[in-house]
Amino acid sequence: MAVAKRQASAPKRTAKTARLDPDVLVQMYRDMLLIRRFEEKAGQMYGMGLIGGFCHLYIGQEAVVVGMQSAITPDDAVVTSYRDHGHMLACGMDPRGVMAELTGRRGGYSRGKGGSMHMFSREKNFYGGHGIVGAQVPLGTGIGFALKYKGTDNACLTYLGDGAVNQGQVYESFNMSALWKLPVIYIIENNRYAMGTSVQRSSASPDLFERGAPYGIPGKQVDGMDVVAVKAAGDEAIAHVRAGKGPYILEMMTYRYRGHSMSDPAKYRTKEEVNKMRSEHDPIDRMRTALLDNGWAKEEALKAIDREVKDIVTAAAEFAQESPEPDPSELFTDILVEAKAA
Amino acid sequence: MPIEVLMPALSPTMTEGKLAKWHKKVGDAVKAGDVLAEIETDKATMEVEAVDEGTVGTILVEEGTDAVPVNQPIMLILEEGEEAGDAKPAAAAPAPPAQVEPEPAPAKAEPARAARAEPAPRKEAPAAEPEYTGETHSITVREALRDAMSEEMRRDETVLLLGEEVGEYQGAYKVSQGMLQEFGAKRVIDTPITEQGFAGLGVGAGFMGLKPIVEFMTFNFAMQAIDQIINSAAKTLYMSGGQMGCSIVFRGPNGAASRVAAQHSQCYASWYAHCPGLKVVSPWSAADAKGLLKAAIRDPNPIIFLEHELLYGQSFDVPTDPDFIVPIGKAKVVRAGSHVTITAFSRMVGLALDAAAKLAEEGIEAEVIDLRTLRPLDTETVVASVRRTNRLVSVEEGWPYAGIGSELSAVMMEQCFDDLDAPVVRVTGADVPLPYAANLEKLALPQVDHIVEAAKAVCYR
Repeated sequence: MAVAKRQASAPKRTAKTARLDPDVLVQMYRDMLLIRRFEEKAGQMYGMGLIGGFCHLYIGQEAVVVGMQSAITPDDAVVTSYRDHGHMLACGMDPRGVMAELTGRRGGYSRGKGGSMHMFSREKNFYGGHGIVGAQVPLGTGIGFALKYKGTDNACLTYLGDGAVNQGQVYESFNMSALWKLPVIYIIENNRYAMGTSVQRSSASPDLFERGAPYGIPGKQVDGMDVVAVKAAGDEAIAHVRAGKGPYILEMMTYRYRGHSMSDPAKYRTKEEVNKMRSEHDPIDRMRTALLDNGWAKEEALKAIDREVKDIVTAAAEFAQESPEPDPSELFTDILVEAKAA
Repeated sequence: MPIEVLMPALSPTMTEGKLAKWHKKVGDAVKAGDVLAEIETDKATMEVEAVDEGTVGTILVEEGTDAVPVNQPIMLILEEGEEAGDAKPAAAAPAPPAQVEPEPAPAKAEPARAARAEPAPRKEAPAAEPEYTGETHSITVREALRDAMSEEMRRDETVLLLGEEVGEYQGAYKVSQGMLQEFGAKRVIDTPITEQGFAGLGVGAGFMGLKPIVEFMTFNFAMQAIDQIINSAAKTLYMSGGQMGCSIVFRGPNGAASRVAAQHSQCYASWYAHCPGLKVVSPWSAADAKGLLKAAIRDPNPIIFLEHELLYGQSFDVPTDPDFIVPIGKAKVVRAGSHVTITAFSRMVGLALDAAAKLAEEGIEAEVIDLRTLRPLDTETVVASVRRTNRLVSVEEGWPYAGIGSELSAVMMEQCFDDLDAPVVRVTGADVPLPYAANLEKLALPQVDHIVEAAKAVCYR
């Protein structure tokens, strides 16, 4: 199977944008902004000691999950690794439950027992939130296996980073999903740095979208800072997997503005590099400008969205601080499911 | 009210830091994402970004100030319409909850036994095993395992078998003979040699409500997959607050086969028994192999099912009733006796029974207990026996260090301290990688005579 050539998506962007309903674009703007504001608040609360341990923020990468989510239905599944807050919000999970998990409170999605990296929602078809780099890839492949086994035409979006893509189990998964034509879209979020190691320093072959080529998995590189380009690529990939043609790889060229985790001073890249991405490629600023310049939304309407998002995040932060810590008896629950009488 | 910017904690361990540089001055406009200041921690220099919009009202901590405590207000930002005069620091910043010393977790505060008395382990108490009085037939352990899987697959469409050579080859050890023909390639799936991959795939399918049986050609190869077994299968229920469990059986031969040397001959009983979130089963007889495998497949949790290659060809009487189930978590007294208790599991039960026969010739009546399940361990049955015999010999094929016998010794200390007439003796494999040479291999594995000697020693004979 042919591997799609590297695409220069920027020139096509305007045309693609024009085909989308302005309401959809406004919704995308809102969803990206919610993630941005949520993550900024999480960073602030971490600074106040309200959130502990590891906390990996998604700021800068918002267009990837929002674009992909707009290409699927609520019956499709999503799984990712530990930079997962954005994925959960994009799946429609309650920001209050996510934030309360970050603060380790009983109102959190995992009742305070999972933390930033380990949250799940059966209701929203979100299967985690996994802390071991690359381990979510066989899991997502298995979710795709189950979707096919059950005779659905749904797919599993399996996210991984440019670091995970060098894990052996990723290729074990590519092999099986191609062999059995499993409905899995592997979305490589290439934010250029695996913690502090750049793709150039870690990968003998830096064109990550081609990593499925030996297995006949089509791959495409996408401007992951452009939510419309992401949606277009997602639409194409989902049509492929729904048609029973097996897995698909999307390499999203994206960027995280913050460090790998909260305690990363990010000395492995220059301030100029970060500032250039923020000022020239920010997915939210770009969408805002496009909405206003094309007359698809009025300044006032966008300001109202800004206020709505701010209120949601404030409410989430308040909930996350007011929700009590887990009852000590929770220490010994959920270790095993109690067996039903045979 | 002006917005207070607090000295942030920039790592899980930071308590104070130096305010190295301000990037904004009074009167500057601030929007979310702007860098406000540089902070030096013990590890690095980090930038602090604004979360709110407004104008810098007051700088409360001068550039260059050392040892600024986390959460001290360092700047006031004015919102739209506010005047600099409003920008006075709050008299006392409210102490955030995180500064409060957290309540110690009960496990830390109380001794281990108290922690064990919590309700969770209690809940695992198994249902009493019903006495089977129906029809039986003599079949091998291999056939019993196949029958268990086939019966459960007939009963439940979501059960499937996955592994290397389980289909067309009919099983590397012929355990899945005939299953591909009966259930087809959708449910009996030959995988590539890719243990981590297919173990993880099985767990993902388990999250979705399927009940995979993942066969490892041997458990030695499951070490390639142990991250998926422990981190993905065993921990996700807990980490998801009970939302996302996974009903899955990992099964295959465990322990030493014959002359295959160290990498292919290892007992994983204590490895897996160590981990909360798993149940670990290791049967000896064909009846237990069948009844326990059926229970394992029906169980909503991840189960490690340790078989033994050298038992596959042995025949036992097995109930024919397809509803025959052996509860997980229950040991079985396979020979009654009053002088010494011998515990064993898997192939070692056969050796323990042979040893008991020899001991009987010398007037020592050994009680032999087949542990059958290693987690949760049926300590009740062992303790009840030792309270009568006052002696315990623990037998296992695996290594001595931190083994199942070590755990039993601790249980004896905790629950039978006053009942013991002799120290517990552990009969184990030698503390070496298993050698290839026939004579050395024999020296490294427990033999009937070792058990006889140990039993006589605790009886002071």
